[in-house]
Amino acid sequence: MDNQDTIYGINGPVVTVRESRSFSMMEMVYVGNERLVGEVIGVSDHLTTIQVYEETTGLRPGEPIYGTGSPMNVTLGPGILDNIFDGIERPLKEIAKESGSFIARGSNIAALDESREWDVTVTVKEGDLLKGGEVYAELPETPIIRHKCMVPPGLSGTVASVKPNGKYHVNDTVVELKDEFGKMHELSLCQKWSIRTPRPVLGHLPPNIPLITGQRVIDTLFPVSKGGTAAIPGGFGTGKTMTQHQLAKWCDADIIIYVGCGERGNEMSQVLEEFSDLTDPKSGRPMTDRTVLIANTSNMPVAAREASIYTGITLGEYYRDMGYHVALMADSTSRWAEALREISGRLEEMPAEEGFPAYLPSRLAEFYERAGMVKNLNESEGSVTIIGAVSPQGSDFSEPVTQNTKRFTRCFWALDKALAYARHYPAINWMQSYSEYFSDLDPWYTEHVGNDFIQYRKRINNLLQQENKLMEIVKLIGSDVLPDDQKLIIEIARVIRVGFLQQNAFHAEDTYVPLEKQKLMMKVILYLYQKAKHLISASIPISGILQTGLFDKLVKMKYDIPNNKPEMFEDYIKEIDSTLSKIVSA
Amino acid sequence: MILDYIGVKDINGPLIVLDDVQDAFFEEVVGIRLDDGSIRQGRIVQMEGNRAVIQVFEGTRGISLTNTRTRLTGRPMEMPLSPELLGRVFDGSGRPIDGLGNIFPVKRANVNGTPINPVSRIYPKNYINTGVSTIDTLMTLIRGQKLPIFSGSGMKHNELAVQIARQSRISDENGEFAIVFAAMGVKNDVADYFRRSFSESGILQRVVMFQNLANDPIIERILTPRCALTVAEYLAFELGMHILVIMTDMTAYAEALREFSSSKGEIPGRKGYPGYLYSDLASLYERAGMVKGKTGSVTQLPILTMPNDDVTHPVPDLTGYITEGQIVLDRSLDGQGIYPPVAVLPSLSRLMKDGIGKGYTREDHSALSNQLFASYAKVMDVRSLASVIGEEELSPDDKKYLEFGKLFESHFVNQGPSENRSIEQSLDLGWELLATLPRGALDRVDDQMLDQYYEPAKKRLSTDNAKDRASQVLWDHVNKIGEDSEEESGNGGGENE
Repeated sequence: MDNQDTIYGINGPVVTVRESRSFSMMEMVYVGNERLVGEVIGVSDHLTTIQVYEETTGLRPGEPIYGTGSPMNVTLGPGILDNIFDGIERPLKEIAKESGSFIARGSNIAALDESREWDVTVTVKEGDLLKGGEVYAELPETPIIRHKCMVPPGLSGTVASVKPNGKYHVNDTVVELKDEFGKMHELSLCQKWSIRTPRPVLGHLPPNIPLITGQRVIDTLFPVSKGGTAAIPGGFGTGKTMTQHQLAKWCDADIIIYVGCGERGNEMSQVLEEFSDLTDPKSGRPMTDRTVLIANTSNMPVAAREASIYTGITLGEYYRDMGYHVALMADSTSRWAEALREISGRLEEMPAEEGFPAYLPSRLAEFYERAGMVKNLNESEGSVTIIGAVSPQGSDFSEPVTQNTKRFTRCFWALDKALAYARHYPAINWMQSYSEYFSDLDPWYTEHVGNDFIQYRKRINNLLQQENKLMEIVKLIGSDVLPDDQKLIIEIARVIRVGFLQQNAFHAEDTYVPLEKQKLMMKVILYLYQKAKHLISASIPISGILQTGLFDKLVKMKYDIPNNKPEMFEDYIKEIDSTLSKIVSA
Repeated sequence: MILDYIGVKDINGPLIVLDDVQDAFFEEVVGIRLDDGSIRQGRIVQMEGNRAVIQVFEGTRGISLTNTRTRLTGRPMEMPLSPELLGRVFDGSGRPIDGLGNIFPVKRANVNGTPINPVSRIYPKNYINTGVSTIDTLMTLIRGQKLPIFSGSGMKHNELAVQIARQSRISDENGEFAIVFAAMGVKNDVADYFRRSFSESGILQRVVMFQNLANDPIIERILTPRCALTVAEYLAFELGMHILVIMTDMTAYAEALREFSSSKGEIPGRKGYPGYLYSDLASLYERAGMVKGKTGSVTQLPILTMPNDDVTHPVPDLTGYITEGQIVLDRSLDGQGIYPPVAVLPSLSRLMKDGIGKGYTREDHSALSNQLFASYAKVMDVRSLASVIGEEELSPDDKKYLEFGKLFESHFVNQGPSENRSIEQSLDLGWELLATLPRGALDRVDDQMLDQYYEPAKKRLSTDNAKDRASQVLWDHVNKIGEDSEEESGNGGGENE
């Protein structure tokens, strides 16, 4: 380019260029002598607007701007797992090695380690016909995840040459492909993909497999499917991050992508520390072997925060294409929406609700619609589940981000301040939350845990609803005036709330509970309720039943019965029988 | 070559506009000499071609279109740094005002700082013993944490901050302890109160003070916390000290930012605050922490007064989303004369879970604090019930809770401004309070813990040889309840409202 474009105006992270015709929308550019990364977000006849992903202090008008000719993209290839990136896929560990504890600007380090050698097995031979998405090589990325190198979508042709199996770097060509026009394409172990474009699929599949989380309130009352979408809204201090951490640690996805979007630095270091200490319950390997962290803390540049969500989902889709089940945790989408608002404000766009730009709902929809259980281009099946935390301003769920998120997610786990104050965790409010996946998932539950699971869930839910109504009365006139059968509902609901819904993330047994134990816990609770109800209808006062201590015993059963001893539940049922029969005989 | 630009093109609030500026850069600091000889400082905040928008720290009073000469300094806003900063007093933009002369800098650093790489952070785990029961037991302050005090006008947040600064001890004594104090838009009396209190407790030589009083220019107020944090980072990460940064009042800071934003003609967000308030606050709060390979730490204790005690106001709301918890003060407790008036339920420390327990404080800490929270939450339910049906109608269990609530507030929350309780004292006191409740009501604690702590506490309460002061007071109180319980419960109804 002989006519070099230069900076005209600077306002915070927004830089403008005058009289340029060389840029396209969403093109990635390098700004200034330090080559800060930026993206074109507005083009008009006389002014091009660029958002810069780094601090702009020190930039001068007149410094050059270099176009790259391609949109903002990420490098997809081996080395993504067990890594930690910032919002635009720069490896933070490498940056720390280069520039120390504080992040310097303009660091231009390749996303993936280019010097590392991978043990590659080429799975195609010369003359094979390859379509986009088909696998041409495999390698063990970590001891538990096999990385599959796929032909970039949109490309197809005949294999012209292959390299023998062996050790290769990320950028080494292993396969040459000749397309229908006779043009040769070199395929290395990695490819580039624009972060704002969803990777194509053959089609969507019904969301009929649950994502098992081991968290009772989620698995039983508000399950999410693999490939589903869930929102966790909650004011500060209600345990959004804690819930996200629990899900990331325990859910049964193959790959976890944790996007810390505008969150606390200390929290990210906690995630880093915890995940490297944690062993994966299935493989016994460290959790980090199947985890990617994207950390764009709240003091890192705002434009990169906006991009971090897209970077995360693009990495997720890439692993989905290999046939894995991916769970993406975004903490928090409100920070992302605020980044949108902030940039929109700098562009002096007309604000809509609460200062958010009018395109907020469509951006949210674009993001959540990238989740799904799909048939990939290479006929394998994979999924991306999105679990997005929402931090409503002033804990008010009627604000635009929460409301719009509600429209595009099918699970809503509302976190409640009152529950959090009482240190009831997870503080998911069972009256406000919902899951739309019940009907999709019921066949799976029937097949794998038994039909009674669904029945128990309905009855538990019903008791909680009844309790909620009764509590309105209790709040007005106290519990003493209620008849005994209603008192029983309140007592049994307490067992459900404290003994079942509340779960201790720091307790070795209670932090993850298998579905079978969840079912048996419900069974025992409902059994006690049934028996006690029977006694009360035979005019035995409830005080006598409460004195047996059975209720308190059930509250503590989550700690007392180890996960691997389901047979102990039978003893509980026997004890209920014998204790209650003593009351009758007395 | 040094160029002076004569005159300005435009003046708008604290901003001036200069045309035909050569070779300036974004956020460069400029010196502005007025015809009367006074010199002001400014910073370039927006550029368009050769036109630069400059914010004048001292305000634009007296500036006309012709009477200025502006000179580019070629530097961004920097803070001179040296170990001699300790014990000094500066104005809001980092110039000494204590008459002890200029700082001879060992180095200079950009006040904006640079973000700490998340992978280089150490996850903070060492607790700071503040000697305040509620904070130590229920919302433990951790070294490297940012824990704001949410208060309101007229409440005792300043006293609490001073008490924390004075009593704070770090469990393992390696590294020096120092305080960086940033006053933003506070009254002269308040700044004076802090200085006097530091001096009375003999720690003035370990304090760096920045003062931007309520009538000082607002542009300086935007710089004050940045200067203070730059000093804190220097002392912590280069000299290896443990720094407690007290910043008061963050609401005044946010209002200065709003004033500045509106004079720049930016599109306002919630309540007129600029859309980037979150990012801006984060760029301050996130400068707390600990870094791998460095011994020092930066702990922040920002104080903010919630307008109309409204916790959903943008400033406390956004602060709460960035900081690792909050200490909320409550006006009704304050009205009852309880000091510190910490509203226990909405207060929280996010980092405490990994910094307490065996090896840090005591093994029962986590269980005890969960139980105290849960029981106190129950007290609130009972109180709201009592306000409808009257205390007489409450069940015996509920009455016990009411009693527990009263004792909890008057003995656990309430403590003197000079009373320094050790963590063991606070924890034991907590168990003694729980001992007034029946054992079955404690559902957050397992049996072993109950045997080990609840039963002895109960015994301490029921025997006469309760030794330490706290138990003695509690014991007296329990006896008193026994003697004239009717009268007590009658009074209690009034207190609760």
